[in-house]
Amino acid sequence: MAHDHDHHHDHDHGSELSEMQLRTRALETILLEKGYIDPAAIDVLIETYEKKIGPRNGAQVVAKAWVDPIFRKWLFEDGTAAIATLDFGGRSGNHLVALENTPSVHNMVVCTLCSCYPWAVLGLPPLWYKSAPYRSRTVADPRSVLRDFGLELPKDTEIRVWDSTAELRYMVVPMRPPGTDGWSKEKLAELVTRDSMIGTGLAKQPRDLK
Amino acid sequence: MNGGQDLGGTDGHGPVQPEPNEPVFHAEWEKRAFAITLAMGMPGGWNIDMSRFARENRPPGEYLAMSYYQIWFAALEHMTKERGLVADDEIAAGRSLRPPKPVKRVLSPADVAETLHRGGPTERETNTKAIFKPGDAVRAKNINPPTHTRLPRYVRGRIGTIERVIGCHVFPDSNAQGAGENPQWLYTVRFDSRELWGDDGDPSVAVSIDAWEPYLVPA
Amino acid sequence: MSGHDHDHHHHGHDHSELTETELRVRALETVLTEKGYVVPAALDVLIETYEKKVGPRNGARVVAKAWVDSTYRARLLKDATPAIGEIGYAGRQGEHIVALENTPKRHNMVVCTLCSCYPWPVLGLPPVWYKSAPYRSRAVADPRGVLADFGVRLPKDTDIRVWDSTAEIRYLVIPMRPAGTDGWSEEKLADLVTRDSMIGTGLAKRPEDLK
Repeated sequence: MAHDHDHHHDHDHGSELSEMQLRTRALETILLEKGYIDPAAIDVLIETYEKKIGPRNGAQVVAKAWVDPIFRKWLFEDGTAAIATLDFGGRSGNHLVALENTPSVHNMVVCTLCSCYPWAVLGLPPLWYKSAPYRSRTVADPRSVLRDFGLELPKDTEIRVWDSTAELRYMVVPMRPPGTDGWSKEKLAELVTRDSMIGTGLAKQPRDLK
Repeated sequence: MNGGQDLGGTDGHGPVQPEPNEPVFHAEWEKRAFAITLAMGMPGGWNIDMSRFARENRPPGEYLAMSYYQIWFAALEHMTKERGLVADDEIAAGRSLRPPKPVKRVLSPADVAETLHRGGPTERETNTKAIFKPGDAVRAKNINPPTHTRLPRYVRGRIGTIERVIGCHVFPDSNAQGAGENPQWLYTVRFDSRELWGDDGDPSVAVSIDAWEPYLVPA
Repeated sequence: MSGHDHDHHHHGHDHSELTETELRVRALETVLTEKGYVVPAALDVLIETYEKKVGPRNGARVVAKAWVDSTYRARLLKDATPAIGEIGYAGRQGEHIVALENTPKRHNMVVCTLCSCYPWPVLGLPPVWYKSAPYRSRAVADPRGVLADFGVRLPKDTDIRVWDSTAEIRYLVIPMRPAGTDGWSEEKLADLVTRDSMIGTGLAKRPEDLK
């Protein structure tokens, strides 16, 4: 699945990457000339997902849930509505479901069939999430996948894997680390990693912030 | 293993494309790869089940993209290296860089015909009795070993009928791992197409596999 | 899996890929030979055997004999390995052969979904299509579709039985004898028996198909 990383190919000489560039440029030119797409709209789309929408959004959601018990309750009852109040923009219309990590249950999200991912709160998915190793093993052996991420959970923690086969999008709400009483939402948000909201990691500890 | 080789019922591969007047081998290297694989069986000390596992044990994308003899050759390289018979630096140099390990036997030209004629029969004596008999309804187990098995995914969990009690044969699931021949009773099990593929299955089609007793439970 | 050696289908950088494989094969053969693990003359005999000596003509003779000799046919269907051995064909990848009789009511097809298992002593080495993903994936799911790829249409009331060679049992299809061949010699009948008819992806030729 990592065919974008052409520097691994020995006989590439950049020819394979250039081929994709050429083909993409060719199709874009044709579609523009026929008036099917607007170049400015393309630029906005790229800007949106490269710069504007990303895991910072989800981190804000988690931080708010950590400090605000009413929001937290609402988030788990109706993720779509609760998150909408934070007004992130971007592609919406998907139903967002927030999953609560507890000491006894750890949640992990995957899309075995393609790459479904909660864009509105996490931006676009990383390559590993869309690739065969994660997609194949998470539903069969999640503990070994967590080990690949350097995470070993207690044997009596139940692991719940959510395969995003329909239009529901899942976001994990990691457990709040100890030693963060009285922290502002902004500071708390810095502890919330993207991987912790997919379920392949935990929130950072206070000492992990410089 | 649930790898790229378990192809029964998968989609997207396109039509069957026979080559008219196809030669037995398409390149000189294929002939060599084929013959070396056969000839190394004796000195390599591996069995056919180990060979099959070595072939299928790779990322599915690679398996599907490689030609048949590329797969054979990759497995041959792996098995000879795994057993310390050759090393990467020797393959890179194209010559032997250190003394050989002692091996049991080497195939001589004079022995080829006899060796091929003898083959590798897998039937074994047993004093156990077959659990199933023709006509019995059986269910293929839902096993998913990461190691070698010959129970394809398309029948797992499905109900079939014992058609024939074949005999007691070497069990690949053990043999491939070097855990011994562990011979088990082998059966031909017939499945209706609809049982395998759902209501849209062709009612005029039935599919059978040859399954060892550990793959089956009474249905 | 379907003939990636046929480089003329590939985009540009394929010659280097084939050459790399050639080099590695050559390198490994040299190393193994220098260590005394393989004897090149033995390799030559192996290649000669399967390139020239063992092939579908063997199976065609078995089928032709079964067509003319009903007691042989009975022996063949009861226990094919010794019956085939009577004609002198035996050995590797044919230690346990089962003969499958085609009738107007039942057509047999053989596949190995998991790799390429095939009855070498009677058919030689399998063709690329038999070992490739399209056949291996579809034969068990849509055998009529596969037969259509081979230009074969069976009557709707002919059942199809597909045999997935998951163990060491090797299957040989005995196609139906074509009409208009009464009194033919076994040698001439063998000319009608195609390799594909013994796998089940074809039927025996008809007399008019021979020039």
